[in-house]
Amino acid sequence: MAATDIHQTIETVFRIERARLIAGLARMLRDVGRAEELAQDALVTALTDWPKTGVPDNPGAWLMAAAKRRAIDGIRRDQMLARKHAEIGRDLEDARDTSVEAIEAALDDDLGDELLGLIFTACHPVLSAEARAALTLRLIGGLTTDEIARAFLSSEATIAQRIVRAKKTLGKARPAFEVPRGTDRRQRLASVLEVIYLIFNEGYAATAGEDLIRPALCAEAQRLGRILAGLMPDEPEVFGLLALMEIQASRLAARVGPDGSAIPLPEQNRARWDGLLIRRGLAALERTEMLGGARGPYALQAALAACHARARRAEETDWHRIAALYDTLQEVTPSPVVDLNRAVAHSMAYGPEAGLALLAEIDAAGRLRGYAPLPAARGDFLFRLGRHADARLAFEQAAALSRNEREKAFLLRRAAACG
Amino acid sequence: MRVMVMVKATKDSEAGIMPSPELFEAMGKFNEELVNAGIMLTGDGLKPSSQGKRVAFDGPNRTVIDGPFAETRELVAGFWIWEVKDMAEAVEWAKRCPNPMPGPSELEIRPFYEMADFADVITPELAEQEERLRVKLADR
Repeated sequence: MAATDIHQTIETVFRIERARLIAGLARMLRDVGRAEELAQDALVTALTDWPKTGVPDNPGAWLMAAAKRRAIDGIRRDQMLARKHAEIGRDLEDARDTSVEAIEAALDDDLGDELLGLIFTACHPVLSAEARAALTLRLIGGLTTDEIARAFLSSEATIAQRIVRAKKTLGKARPAFEVPRGTDRRQRLASVLEVIYLIFNEGYAATAGEDLIRPALCAEAQRLGRILAGLMPDEPEVFGLLALMEIQASRLAARVGPDGSAIPLPEQNRARWDGLLIRRGLAALERTEMLGGARGPYALQAALAACHARARRAEETDWHRIAALYDTLQEVTPSPVVDLNRAVAHSMAYGPEAGLALLAEIDAAGRLRGYAPLPAARGDFLFRLGRHADARLAFEQAAALSRNEREKAFLLRRAAACG
Repeated sequence: MRVMVMVKATKDSEAGIMPSPELFEAMGKFNEELVNAGIMLTGDGLKPSSQGKRVAFDGPNRTVIDGPFAETRELVAGFWIWEVKDMAEAVEWAKRCPNPMPGPSELEIRPFYEMADFADVITPELAEQEERLRVKLADR
């Protein structure tokens, strides 16, 4: 094999093993930064050794053994230094934690869920959502700082600093690098799911012509969701989020026009929806429901997405079901935007009067003032009732509030169509 | 990127010989690894070509040909669909697969076409046609 080929092979093998390697090391050393360095050192060793010996049968174990040797050397050196500096007293606690014996013992442990532990650590609630996203993409996704910066339309320096600070914060918090149990678990899992969905949405918000790394975030988030589903097969909200992402991603190819503009759902060419992802999404949703998670916030949104995914034509959409799901969503995660969407769903299921009645409730509560989609929905309901003059006023009001040129033009066209 | 990984047929698979319990177990473990790595989308096994049919086209003519088909090495006995970062990753995962057959066998990895591949095929006329249709739909 040519030198470049073997190097490419080694780097690919390393990419596959990297997250697990970091996870195992971080769990032993309680230090993600050091774990990442040691993993990188192991790659350097492999790049020297493997061209001579060939790729070992179990490359993951080989890399782990190499990293472990470096870790132990490092600790011995640190302990010697510590003694020299007569700081033994102060560091005793730490030294006991990460002694050679402790590491050897940890290695013999069943570390089956160490990757999961790393995911939970990278998504620890002591970190901001942005820091969690960057650290997750770096440690588990294997993205470079530059790639993360481009993906989040940020500068490399900003992201690098964010990651360094996140590692420092984790260093102080000293989390257990384990999958949390008991009462902590729900909140910690919510923190993980939030980050994965944040990454997905960042990719989903990307428009045509932008750096390809941005839409790739969707694939990255789906991958994380699938990993999580594989490792936590009994956690309903994991499957709820996975279902939501798979179904939303099934429309990626259909939702952008040739000029790069967004195509709204009812007008998309459904033949371009990805049937494989829809099937996977529906299967994940079924699993959520089987696990008793149908009322989870992600599961409910996935169920809404599924209603559209199941309809072969826009006219076949089950609006009664969608309206009922919004009723539940309003109870579970109340928000003015959910109220508005609920009004639209009710107008589709039970007629425009039903929609107007719900909009009146939003008005009465004094919510969504200055939010263009509210008068736009009112215009649509009025238009469908034949109240064209009132509809025109509503569309004009919506157009005046809109900050998006394309949306503004669309609303003005609708106003003009009212006659 | 999405790839299809095809398990090529062999004399054994064409004879309908079922995998041994050991192979079943090894394959189950491999599949679990694929799932836990987040790359497996779907996969299935296919019955021997003796149970298959071909429809041959020649201009307006259609001819139905019953299996089995002769060129065993070109036949497919099973497949996966994986979502991977690149072909190199697909190759490394394929290397980790237990030999799917009792004798020598082969996996073939083929990438799917993606939207970007059609960029050159979509002419400005086609794009414009689609845009007109869309405006019409939006104004409806």
